[in-house]
Amino acid sequence: MRRSPLLWISSLAVYAFLYIPLLVVVIFSFNDSKLNAEWVGFTFDWYRVLVNDQMMIAAAVNSLIIATVAALLATVLGTMAGIAMHRYRPRFLPFMTLTPLAMPEILLGVSLLIFFITVFGEEALSLLTVIIAHTTFCIGFVAIIVRARLTGMDESIFEAARDLGATPWQSFRLITLPLIMPAVIAGALMSFTLSIDDFVITFFTAGAGVPTLPLTIYTMIKIAVTPEVNALSSLMMLLTLALIVIASRIAPGFIENQRHHGEEYET
Amino acid sequence: MAITYIESRIRGERLSKTLVTTPPFLFLLLFFLIPSLIMVVASFRYPGEFGGLASFFPVPGEEETGLTLENYGYFFGDFIYAQIFLKSFGVAALTTLICLVMAYPVALLIARSPKKSRDLMVLLCVLPFASNFLVRVYAWMIILGPFDLLFSRFAVIIGMVYVHLPFMILPLYTNLEKHDPVLLDAAQDLGANAWHRFWKITFPMSLPGIFSGAALVFIPVLGMFAIPEILGGKDDWLVGNMIKESFLGTRDWPFGAMLSMILTLCVLAIAGFMTVLTRRGTRHA
Repeated sequence: MRRSPLLWISSLAVYAFLYIPLLVVVIFSFNDSKLNAEWVGFTFDWYRVLVNDQMMIAAAVNSLIIATVAALLATVLGTMAGIAMHRYRPRFLPFMTLTPLAMPEILLGVSLLIFFITVFGEEALSLLTVIIAHTTFCIGFVAIIVRARLTGMDESIFEAARDLGATPWQSFRLITLPLIMPAVIAGALMSFTLSIDDFVITFFTAGAGVPTLPLTIYTMIKIAVTPEVNALSSLMMLLTLALIVIASRIAPGFIENQRHHGEEYET
Repeated sequence: MAITYIESRIRGERLSKTLVTTPPFLFLLLFFLIPSLIMVVASFRYPGEFGGLASFFPVPGEEETGLTLENYGYFFGDFIYAQIFLKSFGVAALTTLICLVMAYPVALLIARSPKKSRDLMVLLCVLPFASNFLVRVYAWMIILGPFDLLFSRFAVIIGMVYVHLPFMILPLYTNLEKHDPVLLDAAQDLGANAWHRFWKITFPMSLPGIFSGAALVFIPVLGMFAIPEILGGKDDWLVGNMIKESFLGTRDWPFGAMLSMILTLCVLAIAGFMTVLTRRGTRHA
């Protein structure tokens, strides 16, 4: 098809624009200098500093707890919302699920800040408030993925199950859930990455006692930039990349698996 | 017998509807809708003596309780606040325009590539998203620092473009991919050159993609506070920075809530406008 050299060159320039900054971060994480200005020599020192930094370890533990719990909650509630939106067309649920995704994050952040403090008091901000805040915006992503999967599905399977006397719970557990499982897993992984990477909403709902990894990066960038930030950034890139690879490995496998199951039910 | 069977089935269906719909509904009611409403009310309240909100109910000895239009009065009384909104709109518009110019060739190239390489090319556009938002901003601190370009409007715009570019590429690609190449062949046979083929066919047909991409870039840029704070100087503060300052700096919550309300109204207006434009664009195409 029509792909002129001009199109190739400008596209390659844009791809370079996307990748060079990240490469710079990674390269300087191995630089044997306190400054990110010029290349001095190769070292693993910044990674060594990083894994021995007690604050950093505490932040990483917080981030992992928050992301795990928020992803679990959001997956359960989001799957319900996705099924409800597909099957029962409720009036307000789509608005409530999808609006948090379309608004600038800061609006959700400050409204939750006012809410938590007026309702639960000055000392309310904690791990729990961050988990709740993250769940709120992750539900929408899970719901969209689950609904999209249900939309492409043949409704007659569910009718057949009912005609054969399956209770609603049986038809959910034996048919709906296995069929939407790839979407549920994709939604869970997506929620986990969104949560562990979130800065803005965490910033307003975490208070002083709950440093997470992004909050720590923010403080370091603002106060004292050392290549330790680069080392942390590189490790976080690696983690998210790994999650994406796992997701794309699991999901297609599951899809194949489920299609197989679906055929079994159909015959 | 048959009737009770049908009855029990209807009851089961109703029960499952309730069981599936209620939990997410209640959760979002409590943690999205009610907080939003509290913010609407907060924008009409007085600030507390030590920050936060003043009492809503009358307290003996305190005059500033209940509701007030004072916060909106501040906004419309001093042009400086409207100016920051205008500046934010300017930055958002410029960011959107640059994103469009950069995204178009990439989206077009992917759409015109063989089917099997498209997924990989799209993935390569999204992959930088795997890194943390702050890391992507920090990267520009490292790059722009040595050139003395840090803490400027230029740095803010670059950061905004870098963080939001994929939001423009994806909807554009989704649109361009659906174009029928036969149209371009026909135009060529009829003597249209490349320039005309682009501006008379490809570009007008891609308008819906452009508008949805523009909304996805424009709206988050409008509320952004971290990029101006990290890459910009104090002159580059946008609405987001003012809101953040009101809540965490000066702790004048009603003022911050009022700014958030005005930002919400702007976002709704833009979203509505883009939806109308997208529909119109779709009809033309």
